[in-house]
Amino acid sequence: MSHRQPPVLEINNLRVEYPLANGGLFTAVENASLTIQPGEIHALVGESGAGKTTIGNAVMGLLEKPGRIASGSIHIGGKLLDPTSGSADGVVLGRDVGAVFQDPMTSLNPLFTVESQLTETLRAHLKMDKAAARLRALELMKSVGIPEPERRLKAYPHQLSGGQRQRVVIAAALSCDPTLVVADEPTTALDVSVQAQILKLLRDLADTRGIGILLVTHNMGVVAQIADRVTIMHRGRVVESGPTAEVLRRPKADYAKALIGAVPRIDMRLDRFPVVGDEAKGRAADAREAIRAKAFRADTTVDGTEILSVENLCVDYVTSGLIPGSRGHRFRAVDNVSFKVNSGEVFGLVGESGCGKTTIANVVAGLVKPTSGRVLYQGKPVAGEGGVRRVGPLRQAIQMIFQDPYSSLNSRIRIGSILAEPILFYRLAPSRAEAERDVAQLIEAVGLDADSAGRYAHAFSGGQRQRLSIARALGARPRLIVCDEPTSSLDVSVQAQILNLLKDLRDATGLTLLLISHDLAVVRQMCDRIAVMKSGKLVEEAAAETLFQSPQHPYTRELLSLVPTLDRIRGETESAT
Amino acid sequence: MNTLVSPGLIRRVGAPISVMLAASLALVIIGCALLAGWIAPYDPTDLSTFDLMNAEIPPAFTADGDSRFFLGTDNQGRDLLSAMMYGARVSIAIGGGAVLLASSIGVFLGLIAGYFGGKVDALIMRIGDVILSFPTILMALLVSGIARALFPQAATAEWAPLILICAIAIHEWVQYARTVRAATMVETAKDYVKAVKVIGLPSHRIMLRHILPNVMGPVLVIATINLAAAVLTEATLSFLGVGMPPTYPSLGTLIRIGNEFVFSGIWWIALFPALTLVLLVLAVNVVGDWLRDRFNPKLRVKR
Repeated sequence: MSHRQPPVLEINNLRVEYPLANGGLFTAVENASLTIQPGEIHALVGESGAGKTTIGNAVMGLLEKPGRIASGSIHIGGKLLDPTSGSADGVVLGRDVGAVFQDPMTSLNPLFTVESQLTETLRAHLKMDKAAARLRALELMKSVGIPEPERRLKAYPHQLSGGQRQRVVIAAALSCDPTLVVADEPTTALDVSVQAQILKLLRDLADTRGIGILLVTHNMGVVAQIADRVTIMHRGRVVESGPTAEVLRRPKADYAKALIGAVPRIDMRLDRFPVVGDEAKGRAADAREAIRAKAFRADTTVDGTEILSVENLCVDYVTSGLIPGSRGHRFRAVDNVSFKVNSGEVFGLVGESGCGKTTIANVVAGLVKPTSGRVLYQGKPVAGEGGVRRVGPLRQAIQMIFQDPYSSLNSRIRIGSILAEPILFYRLAPSRAEAERDVAQLIEAVGLDADSAGRYAHAFSGGQRQRLSIARALGARPRLIVCDEPTSSLDVSVQAQILNLLKDLRDATGLTLLLISHDLAVVRQMCDRIAVMKSGKLVEEAAAETLFQSPQHPYTRELLSLVPTLDRIRGETESAT
Repeated sequence: MNTLVSPGLIRRVGAPISVMLAASLALVIIGCALLAGWIAPYDPTDLSTFDLMNAEIPPAFTADGDSRFFLGTDNQGRDLLSAMMYGARVSIAIGGGAVLLASSIGVFLGLIAGYFGGKVDALIMRIGDVILSFPTILMALLVSGIARALFPQAATAEWAPLILICAIAIHEWVQYARTVRAATMVETAKDYVKAVKVIGLPSHRIMLRHILPNVMGPVLVIATINLAAAVLTEATLSFLGVGMPPTYPSLGTLIRIGNEFVFSGIWWIALFPALTLVLLVLAVNVVGDWLRDRFNPKLRVKR
């Protein structure tokens, strides 16, 4: 490949170090090299802690102190970046390098209009006058495809949707015609439909304006869809780099193979997720057997019969007015939803953010009172209008796993005590010593060491915490576990482990799972039946395979078509057509 | 900030030298007060040790001083150093008692208000607002005045400390309640609280066992700062004559007694207790401020 222009970004043997408080040295990035030509999208992928964001920050001169570039070089548009000041001669951040960050909610200042935020950069860097800057801002808004740009210029960030906000951020990044844009997880906080639009926009910008884009992401589907080249990182090192189709189809390095294998596939259902590293066996299986024996001693439910029934459920949220006692705005989060879950199955509830799926999870778990309709567990009401008091066995039967493993475990109480709480409260063990044995069993059942009981939550990683969260839910000996986005804040390899664990537990103990997720691929791998929600309503309910092979509702079809997946790789489709 | 001058304790605690000095000063004063019964030269509550002939002797280091009385004597012939040690003990005990009572009430009501929200929250917090609209001293005067009118023995040495503690705490609890309420609301929204709710634990157990340990950090900080405030309020009340009686003087009572003689050239009776009070309050405040900054993640400087 020969280009007349110099590459927009050239990184050679970059090494970034963080001195530690104890005098040691943490190497965040080691010996990393990559090159981006004009018009090229280069994806930097890896799991959390891989060093991908550190590279992005080093390029933008935003390395947090005391982090420093120890060796190697970064050239932006052929100009060398000074490792101490983090800037290159004649290269200005915001003018020549544009930045797009993950969260469009926080990367715009809520106190200023879109116009003033866009024109500020123009006036500072290009010394434009007010009128010229305004015209340019309008032009930018049009180029990123925001409808009614004149009106939107006068808007404050909170008046825009998440996708529009991210477009504004991209418009700001483009304002001074940069040659390079660093996009750090630009679509992670967005829904799939919005994500698809933003990705298309980035691709168009690279193609039409010749901008080089460094795309930092953890999402392999995104990479497959828009990147020309990809670099896979693991623990600060580059493990593999090359054209997207080649790397994703025929990865050479073991880690790259494992990472790509762990991505949940939407095109077919696998028995288990391939996993990076080993999984706990033996002891875990014994512990699960013991839990099953205890949990269902007195249970007579036959698999396949109805265990949970949600009938005409409606939930309204009322925002309180300014004056106490006055009625505020009423918002219907869940609108007349009915479905049934059979014993022993995994029932999936999918939809984009704000569709009401988490509200349903909370109603089933007894955290939110429905406005009307009711929820029956084995024919007995567990939630209904005005609230239903759950008696012991009914409370015990339905437990929940939460999304964020960092806030779902109390940081001030030892793990052992947290897990013992339901056992002691429901007197499931005759003595404290017996309860401790149960706790050890629970911890082993989720694949951790029994001595974890003596430690506090901060000693565990996100995936381990999620395992403990699952152990706690099992402690009450439930029949039904509500899983609210159980893996959406985890890395893909950890996600695979947790989903495998849930599958194994289901197989070993005959649990019923209500799985709430926005990730269609995860749902496909896990669920027997699936319900799709949109704006509080249930639009389609079907067996998993039927839903994915012949979706009936247009919304389901749209969702399925928008998910970035590994089987539609850019470059391959282009060369095929 | 170059605080890592010397290894050892300072480095482990990570506190600047000024805070370490303030903490040592506070410990010395509090130590003297607590050990007054053993280390004070005389027992100022034992009338038999008084001699009017010894009244108003200046401190030992002045020209007319008497080596028996290091800081001189008061108008009753009482050794001032001993009276101050005992007085500091009374002041700190009342201050500490008030902080304990106020924080207990405040934490309890704050937890309830934050956890249940709605009408309960509104009721508790509006009562707090009303109480805060009275100045501390006015409220305390009111309470001790009412107590004295209702119980004749309220003015006696045995009852005065209790009345003072209540009078101070009735105003101070609101601060704790506000802080704990806000922290509780934040914690209640977190998943770990939802998890124990799903398990089905009763509210009191969720509040005491799961939420309380997570909201105690700021309470300890406010308690430290409020200790100084409570000691000051007690001194003010005693200075105004509604606090501790002269037979069991607190620092405030000593300052009031001394105040009558300042213009007669007998300066030491007011000065030394006042100085002790100032140093104690200053030291505790410095430590409290440092604790507050340290526990506030927004102010935590990256190093």
